[in-house]
Amino acid sequence: MNTALSWIKAYVPELDCTDQEYCDAMTLSGTKVEGFERKDKNLEKIVVGQITAIEGHPDADKLIVCQVNIGTETIQIVTGAHNVKVGDKVPVVLDGGKVAGGHDGGPLPEDGIAIKAGKLRGVPSNGMMCSIEELGSDRNMYPEAPEEGIYIFERADKEHSKEKRSVEAGADAVELLGLHDTVFEYEITSNRVDCYSVLGVAREAAATFRKPFVPPVVKAVGNGEDVHDYISVEVLDTDLCPRYCARVCKNIKIGPSPEWMQRRLAASGIRPINNLVDITNYVMEEYGQPMHAFDLDTIAGHKIIVRRAGDGDEFQTLDGQVRKLDSEVLMICDAEKEIGIAGIMGGENSKITDDVHTVLFEAATFHGPNIRKSAKRIGLRTDASGKFEKGLEPHNAEDAINRACQLIEELGCGEAVGGMVDVAAPMAEKKVLPFRPEKYNSLLGTEIESEEMLAIFKRLEIETVKNEDGSISLVIPYFRQDLNCDADIAEEVVRFYGYDKVPATLPTGEATSGRLSYKLRIEQKARDIAEYCGFSQGMSYSFESPKVFDKLLIGEDDPLRRTVTISNPLGEDFSIMRTVSLNGMLGSLATNYNRRNKNVKLYELGNVYLPKALPLTELPDERVQFTLGCYGDGDFYTMKGVVEEFFTAVGMCKKPVYDPDSGKPFLHPGRQANIKYQGVTVGYLGEVHPEVLDNYEIGTKAYVAVLDMPSIIPLTTFDRKYEGIAKYPAVSRDLSMVVPKQILVGDIEQMILQRGGKLLESCQLFDIYEGVQIKQGFKSVAYSVTFRAKDRTLEESDINAAMKKILNGLEQMGIELRQ
Amino acid sequence: MRAKLEQIREKAISQITGCDSAEKLNEVRVAILGKKGELTDLLKSMKNVAPEERPKVGQMVNEARAEIERVLEEHKSKMEKALREAKMKAEVIDVTLPAKKAELGHRHPNTIALEEVERIFIGMGYEVVEGSEVERDYYNFEALNIPADHPAKDEQDTFYVADGTGAGDILLRTQTSGVQIHEMEKGRLPIRMIAPGRVFRSDEVDATHSPCFHQIEGLVVDKHITFADLKGTLAEFARALFGEDTKVKFRPHHFPFTEPSAEMDVSCFKCGGKGCRFCKGSGWIEILGCGMVHPHVLEMSKIDPEEYTGFAFGIGLERIALLKYEIDDMRLLYENDIRFLRQF
Repeated sequence: MNTALSWIKAYVPELDCTDQEYCDAMTLSGTKVEGFERKDKNLEKIVVGQITAIEGHPDADKLIVCQVNIGTETIQIVTGAHNVKVGDKVPVVLDGGKVAGGHDGGPLPEDGIAIKAGKLRGVPSNGMMCSIEELGSDRNMYPEAPEEGIYIFERADKEHSKEKRSVEAGADAVELLGLHDTVFEYEITSNRVDCYSVLGVAREAAATFRKPFVPPVVKAVGNGEDVHDYISVEVLDTDLCPRYCARVCKNIKIGPSPEWMQRRLAASGIRPINNLVDITNYVMEEYGQPMHAFDLDTIAGHKIIVRRAGDGDEFQTLDGQVRKLDSEVLMICDAEKEIGIAGIMGGENSKITDDVHTVLFEAATFHGPNIRKSAKRIGLRTDASGKFEKGLEPHNAEDAINRACQLIEELGCGEAVGGMVDVAAPMAEKKVLPFRPEKYNSLLGTEIESEEMLAIFKRLEIETVKNEDGSISLVIPYFRQDLNCDADIAEEVVRFYGYDKVPATLPTGEATSGRLSYKLRIEQKARDIAEYCGFSQGMSYSFESPKVFDKLLIGEDDPLRRTVTISNPLGEDFSIMRTVSLNGMLGSLATNYNRRNKNVKLYELGNVYLPKALPLTELPDERVQFTLGCYGDGDFYTMKGVVEEFFTAVGMCKKPVYDPDSGKPFLHPGRQANIKYQGVTVGYLGEVHPEVLDNYEIGTKAYVAVLDMPSIIPLTTFDRKYEGIAKYPAVSRDLSMVVPKQILVGDIEQMILQRGGKLLESCQLFDIYEGVQIKQGFKSVAYSVTFRAKDRTLEESDINAAMKKILNGLEQMGIELRQ
Repeated sequence: MRAKLEQIREKAISQITGCDSAEKLNEVRVAILGKKGELTDLLKSMKNVAPEERPKVGQMVNEARAEIERVLEEHKSKMEKALREAKMKAEVIDVTLPAKKAELGHRHPNTIALEEVERIFIGMGYEVVEGSEVERDYYNFEALNIPADHPAKDEQDTFYVADGTGAGDILLRTQTSGVQIHEMEKGRLPIRMIAPGRVFRSDEVDATHSPCFHQIEGLVVDKHITFADLKGTLAEFARALFGEDTKVKFRPHHFPFTEPSAEMDVSCFKCGGKGCRFCKGSGWIEILGCGMVHPHVLEMSKIDPEEYTGFAFGIGLERIALLKYEIDDMRLLYENDIRFLRQF
């Protein structure tokens, strides 16, 4: 909300502070100032000048030379503008002064534009006459300004209208334009519906600065007639319209509204139009109560009916657009037809024209959420709907409509008909809360005196009533819908006592031990190991496109295609919750590849979301996936290395088993494996399928490993047991063999480990070779097998016995020793 | 005899000190002290010495031998030292050649910031817990005093999940605040917890918005917890995170699930509060929202607000990461460009 400080000061006349002081104090008492802008920033040495003579420029057809009386003297100014005449009074910036912008509008330069005396085509010019754009504003805000050329305060050839102040040459032009003002932008929180109004903010300002609050005195003005003879109102859907107030003004004379009103509206960002429109807008800003004005002569049967629209109805709003309605949209109707969408926008068929004679004012209260949802569905959010959707307080409607009628009369815009049609559901009584100072202090950790609290309440118009038993009750004003319990009152106390004056203490009481959950500790280990191995942490979105499954070659019937689906996604690309973590990883690798980054290694710890049943009836299974991916340096076995380093770090010290029969469609069929630990499949790894690489536009081999953390966590431990360091020497034997190609090295290894017995310490693959020296269909494999006993030096016979068992095993597998 | 001895001694010392290699030194040693060496020979001629003279002469020979051996040793070690120094001179390397590194990976700036926050609160006795990202309306809104139709539901544009009921009961959590409710429902008091996690809002991606981001929720519930405790705790947190000189400012604000509520600003850690581009000239940077747990929220979670009070706070993790590491575009956090990640 934007409001000129001068408008606030109209209700807090004693307010006297700098802009910065105002900003800080209001923010600290809860009315957050987002920013403020001085309207006279970069307007320096600008006075009213009266043109006393105009001559042509000797050397330029398009320029004229003016003599301008600036009160103390007459100066010569050369200008290219042609809308000025002798006798006109105009804003003049003097030598050494500043204006805010250029004559063509456009963005204002930060430091304005300095004006210096000089020569134009050889003729001295000692200042500049200003357009409204040069003064930092525009015709929207100053509709009286000419379309092009110099702003003119008073035309020589026009009768001075009496309400306009007479303008003296030499007077402060900025003052006359109402530009010595500052516009503040407020961020109002959703609980303070009352502060979406100038009066609401002014009330807060008065309380903050401890100055008197002087709201306008509103009288229900009106002639001797009765409004009920003009209009009747029937509310059919009372659930959506708790109150509907209607008044009538006749003998309407459309014309411009007074300058002060125009200036205030302009500062709030509302374009002045005419007296009638400006009054409704003015009251909307002042009271926070939107109003609507109908031309009474267009209302059939002089009857207003408030009811829901029919499904599929269409309606033309006063902006000329045809809107589609449904049965949850509340409509304002007359005896025959719909004439407005309640709380959102009036109809083309009842809009005010310059020929209007009699106006029907509406000030109503509508159901906030309904207005919000309707505005959203229709796709039309207006200033009015923005206010209604917050849920307005019904008492305010009456004050606002009376204020509008009063302004109509005061500004000579028309004549108010006596009385008000008021259709209202029973309105809530004023809330009464007990005064509990100890409770407030114990919640706040303060020792604020009761008297101080009561003084704060008084400034907030919270009445105090002394009960028979001596206790005090607080009577909450209607406009404070947000005050309902002790904690609310405590906040009122501390807002004005000062958040900064509350001491800073630390909680006392029972000590608690701080820690990470076990799951988080394992995840932390995963990050450590990935990083030790050169992988950097990435993060990707949890939602992705359903096209991902095709990109990853995942079959039509694959259960991975059963997803948690977002009903209102940002777009199809963000519409399903991921069931595989690879898309994020491959997308990130692709980004890096595309940017020519070399040797990229990434990891991510993030959830996949697996529905337990579809349609979803319970929350899905969220499973953290530890996903590693790389291209450049590194291969399948690099990934395997990271996996095993991680397993060791989390106490999974047994050898994992790699099962090539893993069936992942997105991986190279001959270069993939499921990772099994103690019989449990805990993840998979492999080279990315070349077609998938194409789909992601990765032009090089890439490798991935994915570990399912919920499967891994039960297998982990941080317990460690010392096993002693071997004291006796080890003996190694090399085994060089020729192996049928299809036999996996892992199977040979498993056999050696099984048959090697207690004495076997380790077996280490040191060579593997396929090629010309080896017969077709075979590979050469060489192991170094190490034996050691804990309690003695091994004898030759011990080793021979163990080796024999291993050799037998090899024979059974069809493996020959190499000679 | 004596003269002969003296002659050998002098000759030996001059030969030894004149040696410039280990071989030559050995030759000299053999020539003088060896089995057929001059001094050995001299000792052999002792039989020609009168018996009463022999002890005296013997002592002289031994003294000469000891001195020669000492000089020999000295010269040897001197030579070795010179040799080693010469060797090292020849072994000089270019210390400015590039380092050999096992290239370590880098942690995501969000995680670095999160771990700093966790470290601070764990030190203050807070447990780190988690909640689910797909959540029920009750925990994300209703139990937090945000009933159906509340405007706050619109303020946080929520992603709903297609469910069997069609009632929009299941959603992607818009805030980590729901973890507060789960913790309180466990019925174990007192509570001191933080709950970091991913949240979702229907914001289009730009430099300051992302539909996925992270929050850190904090909750303390105990007897006699006050607004002053909230201030003290968060001021301590701000000093630990941004430096000892950090000042904090609490401004009134509104959240449906806390009352009184506040936003906390910290003095700009870039300019120290003087005002700069970073803090938009104000000297302050908005860091988190907080407040005293609303009595309705306590009641709904079966905690008696007359006996227990509490405070809660919510920190935007990305906000901390962007501010602390001066990252100017939120999109960088989810692109995973290795040149970005390597800077952390």
